[in-house]
Amino acid sequence: MSYTLEGKTGTWEIVVGLEVHAQVISHSKLFSGASASYGGEPNTHVSLVDAGFPGMLPVLNHECVAQAIRTGLGLRARINLESRFDRKNYFYADLPTGYQISQFTHPIVGEGTVEIELGDGTVRHIGITRLHMEQDAGKSMHDQDPTRSFIDLNRAGVALMEIVSEPDIRSPEEAGAYLRKLRQILRYLGTCDGNMEEGSMRADVNVSVRKAGEPFRTRCEIKNVNSIRYVMHAIEVEATRQIEVWEDGGEVDQETRLFDPSRNETRSLRSKEDAHDYRYFPDPDLLPLVVEQAWVDELERGLPELPDDKRDRFIKQYGIPRYDASVLVAEQAIADYYEEVAKGRDARLAANWVTGDLFGALNRTGRGIQDSPISAQALGGMLDLMADKTINGKIAKEVFEDMLETGDSAADIVERKGLKQVTDTGAIDAAVADVLARNADKVEEYRGGKDRLFGFFVGQVMKAMAGKANPAIVNEALKKVL
Amino acid sequence: MSLTELTIADAAAGLRARKFSAVELVRAHTDAIAALNPRLNAYITTTSDAALTAAAHADETLAKGEARPLTGIPLGIKDLFCTNGVRTTAASNILKNFVPPYESTVTANLLRDGAVFVGKTNLDEFAMGSANITSAFGPVENPWKRNGDDAALVPGGSSGGSAAAVAAGLAMGATGTDTGGSIRQPAAYCGIVGLKPTYGRCSRFGTIAYASSLDQAGPMARSVRDCAIMLQSMAGFDARDSTSVNCDVPDYSAAIGRSLKGLKVGIPAEYRAEGLSAEIEAAWQQGIAWLKAAGCEIVDVSLPHTKYGLATYYIVAPAECSSNLARYDGLRFGERVEGPTLDAMYEATRRAGFGPEVRRRIMMGTYVLSAGYYDAYYLKAQKVRSLIRRDFTESFQKVDVLLTPTAPTPAFAQGEKTDDPVQMYLNDIFTVPASMAGMPAMSVPVGLGATGLPLGLQLIGRPFDEETLLAAGSALESAAGFTHRPAIRAEGAK
Repeated sequence: MSYTLEGKTGTWEIVVGLEVHAQVISHSKLFSGASASYGGEPNTHVSLVDAGFPGMLPVLNHECVAQAIRTGLGLRARINLESRFDRKNYFYADLPTGYQISQFTHPIVGEGTVEIELGDGTVRHIGITRLHMEQDAGKSMHDQDPTRSFIDLNRAGVALMEIVSEPDIRSPEEAGAYLRKLRQILRYLGTCDGNMEEGSMRADVNVSVRKAGEPFRTRCEIKNVNSIRYVMHAIEVEATRQIEVWEDGGEVDQETRLFDPSRNETRSLRSKEDAHDYRYFPDPDLLPLVVEQAWVDELERGLPELPDDKRDRFIKQYGIPRYDASVLVAEQAIADYYEEVAKGRDARLAANWVTGDLFGALNRTGRGIQDSPISAQALGGMLDLMADKTINGKIAKEVFEDMLETGDSAADIVERKGLKQVTDTGAIDAAVADVLARNADKVEEYRGGKDRLFGFFVGQVMKAMAGKANPAIVNEALKKVL
Repeated sequence: MSLTELTIADAAAGLRARKFSAVELVRAHTDAIAALNPRLNAYITTTSDAALTAAAHADETLAKGEARPLTGIPLGIKDLFCTNGVRTTAASNILKNFVPPYESTVTANLLRDGAVFVGKTNLDEFAMGSANITSAFGPVENPWKRNGDDAALVPGGSSGGSAAAVAAGLAMGATGTDTGGSIRQPAAYCGIVGLKPTYGRCSRFGTIAYASSLDQAGPMARSVRDCAIMLQSMAGFDARDSTSVNCDVPDYSAAIGRSLKGLKVGIPAEYRAEGLSAEIEAAWQQGIAWLKAAGCEIVDVSLPHTKYGLATYYIVAPAECSSNLARYDGLRFGERVEGPTLDAMYEATRRAGFGPEVRRRIMMGTYVLSAGYYDAYYLKAQKVRSLIRRDFTESFQKVDVLLTPTAPTPAFAQGEKTDDPVQMYLNDIFTVPASMAGMPAMSVPVGLGATGLPLGLQLIGRPFDEETLLAAGSALESAAGFTHRPAIRAEGAK
């Protein structure tokens, strides 16, 4: 069921394209040796190149190029062996040279695609138009002093990848799924940490609306939205605004807008008179960037298994449902955890425990998989006790809770609490005989055809044995006697 | 002979033979600066005390027998090269108090080889000009005089201070930068040798940019050999300049006096331009005859796109400058004029900081890069530029070097050609094409014109073949036997 909005004049669909700015993980900046790490006292990660001093020249950091190529490969995109750097000229206080070095006409990465999966299981492919490298600007701080603004250049010159999607997105949910998938891929690749709160991933959202079957109408660009939730809200709010404009006989202006989450509205950012003419031209300080196919191949060989591939492998190798597989590959660390648990064990049971009890426990305690109180080895140890019938599923739940609390191994807990499953048929037979003797009336009913009472007998036997009886043996013993 | 008249080669030999000390040599030049700079205005900043200290150090080095190629040699440094702890102005008000905390690669290389810097030479503001009259620190006077005429002449530009200083004996050599002729044209106007190396031969790191795809540092000196010695130190790959080229630096001095037998010298028909003075035409013919006598084969060639060179240059260079000069905004360094808003501060700062010629070029460059004009101007200029480059490449399949005049006229007087900027731009008509093509080129003085002013001829070579320029240049130099000295020059030093 596709997403639409109802207006006065009928049904509208929305068209969305996203431009994501992803900060590259690298030691130093795109064109200087200054540290690219987040934080630090203001203006401590700044070289003379970043500050635009006279005579300073940019020198390309090849690690950033490698990261861009890895990302391109992860987006199943074409790598352009020749790309170029242009200057985007504008004056602003946090742009020291008066221009941003960016790849306007010849980006390093061309068309690619990202597969997204929606809540109802629908799979869609969102086209990637391009990925290019560019410098970040510094940070202007207007709230430190009543009359003056302060500038922090720590971020100035840090490498960004701008990842531009095709206008293929048709709902807020798809936009959210696309951003989560993109972030997942970037994190798998180790090319961007994807932390939207810290600003290392930001999105510009292009939104337009149209009636079914129409060509595209004018779009607006909502700048610098810094959470997935806000992106989804902004799309809905902006689309609703545009529908009203069109339906009131107006015209949507192509413009840049800002999303205000506190008022749940978008508003125009700058008037046409301030419209920038960026005067792009090739940066004469930098030669065209030429990369060898052999290097691209080498980078490709070094890529980790990507989430889609990993999900497909999990389905095949472990025989688990697609949904579970998708959940397990959400983060590389979860996937690694799961694989360690599943290794040499019942993989489906492992998936149930990881996605069920473990995720539940992590959610309850607000922890990530990295600081899970139960290691993959420990959880595996518990599954081993189930496999060799030392404990049954019911006891396992109890052991698991104990592991969470104490951090002890399953074996120690079983030992300490005496939870070892009883497989001694003599003891079980005795318990069966005792239960049947005390419930002679129910035995009569059962024998008279009331099959459902079998469960009752099992329950009574288990209760008599404090839950430690092997359920299979109990079943067998009961059947034999009954 | 006065110490201020020596060549670098002779001075280096004299220092090693202990005929004079580095302190004596440097003091002769700092004295000359003290005496003549108030008139010539060749230096914006003089560093005499530091130079004498460096000279004393040079004498210790010489005494230990550890002299480097330029140990104790007093040089002037164009005030476009950033020098650590020494004010670097680009002859602009916006940088009038700027002291860089770093050293340009070219000057660092010269210091490594023992050179002593006596000061920062005047230039056209941000190297934009052909007469050294756009400097915020006032014009430079050419030390030469027309016969029987005391009118102050221009030294050419933009490296006019360097040319005047070297010609008048206020330095043994000087660095220049050449974007469209800024080394060669002032060298011709001042009767010295100036070499613009191949684009990429000298690092641009730490040199204040005018037009990045054209700017190239080079030596200016009183002999071809001295240029070879200086270039030896200045040239070389620098990882801090991405356009610097990683190829070996040959032994340039070895090219001096090399036989020219069989060398093919091209004479491009298109340089017989309108406005070429008769005396320069005569000097050109004389140069052809000398090279022929030295064993060269003279070949007529055509560089059909020469006539578009100047127009193309005045699109490409301003476009790059409009962007390169955006960093002078008063925020992090340089002069600031406060304003009520950020934009107002920018406007006030840049209006006060930049002179009219710089403003004109920023405006031209902004215009040609603007949406709607980019294709018609900048993009077309880039296409023409590649045709100009192809002209040279094709010629160099037939010949080894080209010989042309350096400038269409000898030096003119201050105040002439100043009302029409295009008239001023025409001074660079013969030097701009080689700049656009990135080819190495050199101006050599070959004689005096009718009014007693020096005339220069230009040699243009293949990329990274500065050696052929030096070989042919030294042949012209010895055939011309150019020993004339300007009217205003250092006197009295031992």
